[in-house]
Parts: sequence; C-alpha cells; structure tokens
Amino acid sequence: MTSEAVVHGVEWTVKELFVYPNEFIYWSIQIVMYPYMTGLVAGAFVLSSLYHVFGQKGLKEIAQFSLVFSLALLPAAGLPLLLHLQQPTRAMEPLLTPHFTSAISAFGIVFTTYGLIVVSEIWFVYRRFFVEQVHALKGKEGFGNMLRLNVYRALTMGAFDISDEALKVDHKAAKILAGVGIPVACFLHGYAGFIFGSVKANALWMSPLMPVIFIMSAVVSGIALCMLTYIVIMEWKAFRLRRTVSVTAATEIKGAESDIINTATRYLLGFLVAAISLEILDLIFRGYTAMKSWDILRSVMYGKDFVNIFVLQYTLGNLVPFVLLLLPGRTMKRTVVALILVLFGVFMMRWNVVIGGQAFSLSFSGYMHYHLPIIPHSLETFKEGLFGALSVAATPFVLFWIINKFVPSLERGEEAKY
Amino acid sequence: MSCSRRDFLKQACGGTLASVLPVSAFTFLSNEEARAAVENANVRWAFLVDTTKCVGCGLCVKACKNENEIPYDAPVTRTWVERYVITKDGQAHIDSPMGGRDGFTENVINGEEIDPENIDKAFFVPKLCNQCDNPPCVQVCPVGATYQTDDGVVLVDRSWCIGCGYCIMACPYGVRFFHPVHKVADKCNFCYHRITKGMNPACVDSCAFDARRIANLRDPDDPVTKIITTERVAVLKDEYGTKPHVFYIGLDENVR
Repeated sequence: MTSEAVVHGVEWTVKELFVYPNEFIYWSIQIVMYPYMTGLVAGAFVLSSLYHVFGQKGLKEIAQFSLVFSLALLPAAGLPLLLHLQQPTRAMEPLLTPHFTSAISAFGIVFTTYGLIVVSEIWFVYRRFFVEQVHALKGKEGFGNMLRLNVYRALTMGAFDISDEALKVDHKAAKILAGVGIPVACFLHGYAGFIFGSVKANALWMSPLMPVIFIMSAVVSGIALCMLTYIVIMEWKAFRLRRTVSVTAATEIKGAESDIINTATRYLLGFLVAAISLEILDLIFRGYTAMKSWDILRSVMYGKDFVNIFVLQYTLGNLVPFVLLLLPGRTMKRTVVALILVLFGVFMMRWNVVIGGQAFSLSFSGYMHYHLPIIPHSLETFKEGLFGALSVAATPFVLFWIINKFVPSLERGEEAKY
Repeated sequence: MSCSRRDFLKQACGGTLASVLPVSAFTFLSNEEARAAVENANVRWAFLVDTTKCVGCGLCVKACKNENEIPYDAPVTRTWVERYVITKDGQAHIDSPMGGRDGFTENVINGEEIDPENIDKAFFVPKLCNQCDNPPCVQVCPVGATYQTDDGVVLVDRSWCIGCGYCIMACPYGVRFFHPVHKVADKCNFCYHRITKGMNPACVDSCAFDARRIANLRDPDDPVTKIITTERVAVLKDEYGTKPHVFYIGLDENVR
C-alpha cells in the first residue's frame, strides 16, 4: 500500500492514556462551524419573524436586514459539511438514497425547504421594489442599466401587478411564510442538536435536551450577529454621511437606532437565560445521576476543559455580556462588546460540545487532545484547519454584499416601505 | 403537433395503466418469505473469543492487516489486542500499541514501567467488530452505504460511502475508522469474503492458541455455537442495547 496514506484525524489528535486504536478526533473544526452557522441562520430568521409575524414594529428595520442576511448565511451552513466530507463529490447522495433512520439523511430536505421559504419570503417582501426598478430602469442607456434591468425583470418573474390588492396579498403571503419559517428554522437547528444528542455511544452528547439547548443558543447567536452587523453597517453609513454632508445635517443622522437595539437586546437576553438554564440543568443532572461515564466527564469538564467551558464559555461568553447588557446606561460601544462576547460564547459552546465530546475515549480510560491545524500543508489541513473555518465564516458577508446590491435590506425610515 | 387536454389525459392514463399492469404480475413478499427465499437464511455469524487463551502475540492483527489491505503502518486496524495489567493498588493499566500488532514485549504501559512483583492479574483481550444485531452504525448512515446482511454481518459499500464519519461516532466499541487509502468508513466484517466461501476469517486461521473462533449460531451442531449456548459467555457494553455478537470467555470487570 502507499506510504503517503494519511489516517484522517492523526494530524490533530494527541492521545493520552488508553484510547482505542481507531479513535481519533474525526469531527473537527468544520463540525464546530456547522451548528454554529446553522444556528446563526435560524436565529437571524427568528429575529426577522418577530416583526413579520408578531408585529414587533420596533424591529422593522433590523427585521428586513435579518431576513436577507439569513439568506446570505444559508450556504455557509451547508459549506462546513461539504468541507468535512471525506468524499465531497458524493455530497448529493443523501438526497438520492436517503436512509431515513439517520438524522443526517434529512439535512438536504430540511435545508432545501428552509431555503425555499426564505427565498419566497424575500420575494414577496421585495416584489414591489423589483417592479418599481424595472419601470425606473426601462429605456435607460448603458450596459450596467441593461444588466440591472434584466436581473430585476427576472426577479419579478412576470408579476408586475403592484395594485393595493396585489400588495396586500404579498404582505399576507410573507406573513404566512414567516410564520411557517419559524418552526422550520427551529427544526433545522434543533435537528442539528438531534444529530449529536442521539449518539448513544457518546456520553457527553447523549441528552434529549441537546436539540432544545441548540435552538436556544442558536437564536441567541443569530440575534447577536444580526444586531452586530446591523450596528456596524449603520454606524459606518452614518460616519460616511457625516463626512460628506454639511455639519447641520449631521445632527439628524441617527446611526443605529437605539430603540431597535433595545428591543432586540431584550429578546437576546430572554433566549440567553433560557439557553444557560438548560445547559446548567444538563450539567447538574449528569453530576447528580453520576452514571458510569460521569468520572471521565467530570475530569474533562472540571479538569482538562475547565478553561474552555467555565472561563471562556460560561463566564466570558455568557455572564460578562449578560451583565454588560443589563447594567443601566448602556452605550452602543458597550453593546457591541457584549454582542461580540455573546457570539464568542456560543462558538465556545459548539466547540465544547463537538471537540469536548471527543476529548475522552469511548473506553473511559483515556483522553484525546485537539490541535487545530493553523498553517495548512495539505488540502486536509486547510479544509479542516483555521483557514477553512475562516473561509466559512467570511462567506455570508461576501454573499450579503452581493445580494444587497439587488435587495436593499438596509434602507431605513421613509425609504423602508417594503 | 397539437394535443388537447382531453387527449393528453387519455393518453397519460392509458400509458400509466399499460406500464403498471405487467408490474402487478410480480408478488410482494413479506419479510419472512423474503428471508426464507434467500440462500443464507440459516446462517447467523458470531464470534467467540477466549481471553484465557490469548497470549498477545499480535499475529491476528498482522494477518488481518495483510488480508484486508489496511496499510501496515497506519495506526488504524480492523482488529486489535488490548493488554490489561491490574496492579496491587487496584489500578488498571491498559494499552494497545499499534493495535498490539507487534506483540507486547515491554513492561512499560503508557510511559509507566510496571514492576512484575506488583501485579495482581494481567491478561489480553482481542477486539473486533461485534456485528451487532441492532447496529447503531447502520442506523445512522445517511445514505445506506453500511448495511446488515441476512447472515448478520455489517458491511460497508465503498462505492457509496460519503465519508461523513457518523457511523464512526455512533459505534460504542470504536471499531470503525476511515480507510487511509479509500477515504471511506472501514471496519472488520469477519472476513466476509472468506467465511461466505467456507473459509475461516484470517485472524482465526492465524491464531495458534484457538483464542478466536467463528460460529454459525443457526447451526446447533456447530462446536463453537455449542460453547456459546451452553457455557458462560459475556459480551462487551451490552448497556448500549446493540446486541453484540462477539462472545467472550473470561471477561473481567476492568475490560473496557
């Protein structure tokens, strides 16, 4: 056999004491990214639905943005799985020969359903805009205008009726889709939790609470990312306007509206409390029942992974932002710091579940340590290394930049009529 | 060519009927009927490991690697031998360097030298796929690339496995790994290509001490089946509900 044959996992796994020979950290950074990105998608959608379904008027502007951003996030949720597969060219097989006793087999179906809902909702919300653009661009000269005209013409899909009745129907359809989308978004992510929670061989993962914990932390991270991106983009726009427009006009520019951020923060805190409560409940339950696996779990949680779990995740990622957001006199800067910490905390939670779940041997007699490949020296160490993860994290922002060229999700105030 | 809606529906219905009627000539078999129609209906492969006979020479691991083309120096293996040394302080020292392929010739376990005078008991435990009756690896495969045959062995279709690793995660025994060359899930299959031709698995043939034996549980006259059914045998990790079919003689509470 070839001498260059590399065993998957050897690159980044260090074993300690007795570990079965075939055990390695098979699920690495991309499987941390998968639930993280899926969570962001689901959370962004839930935030947008708070306005569309439950009529939270205070969230109107951020809701439009979240909806479009959740579409930009969507491909980034599937990308980590593709990068992680040993046979990426066979990625379509779960759709061709789904084996429905497997939680993963439904991924393509749930993912596609959810994608269709998001795309249709965006279409109904922005159809009027597309039609108006077609009318505005008609007859204009130049290649750019021609291109845009054709793109918008395609986007209308031939539905040019923008009478009041037609728009009412649009509005209703968007509302229904947003309503249907909430359970589907939760399912998309709760089911990512099920993928882990149903692995009976893994003492850390196996818990019926796992899907619920995943949904709660998903909403937390999704709201946090949408708020953060929204604040950054709005402040940047305001900053640019202040430089170009005269000083008198500058006083009228508001940047990211604080009432929007206040409302979103309240939801964020609510979901954060729910997520932490469930995680603590899970932890207490494991300690109290003290099954056979508890000895090794305890040594991982309170020993090897103590910093990751209790310092980085619970303290820095949950407690500190919680206090920062609750203390009176909150400023935009403090909010931004808190949001970054929340996002970091949820990432650490995913890390501690995926990597932490493989930190101990199935024999309960040894440990495995994960060393994230930083400088890639092969395709595998790129895909499942720091740069692979960063590529996945950057994808939604690039996509959003492109989508936003055609769907103005950042219009505010008078302009935001869609 | 013009085609009215009525004509289209007429022709579509006619075409469907014409293609469905011949299909109805086939009969649907119930599970039992289908099983009875299959040749191997009276075979259920199982394995018997007598840990009291194993000396930890590692010949079974060598034979397996060669027979099944698992790269010899890769740190993954379809079968392996674990060494258990219980010292007088009650501590279990366990190791399986390179799956026990080269035998156990040192007194050092996980970097710690064991004083022979300080040992209460020591023994070897060969491990391999348990060919579970309720295999979690088959349950979680998203594409059905790993499946259970009628005679109880779990196989992997190398041409269809997508390499997601879910089956590796789902196996409580850690018998699965990614094949370093084929980049798909791999595991012991009792040397299915040999046992279905009346031969023994490579590890069984290579064991000079009769520590490893293969059995057909459906054959009451099979001498190994007789041992499994009439003597005291145990299985590994039965708490996972996987119904493993590798039976052990002389298991110890320290065995993981």
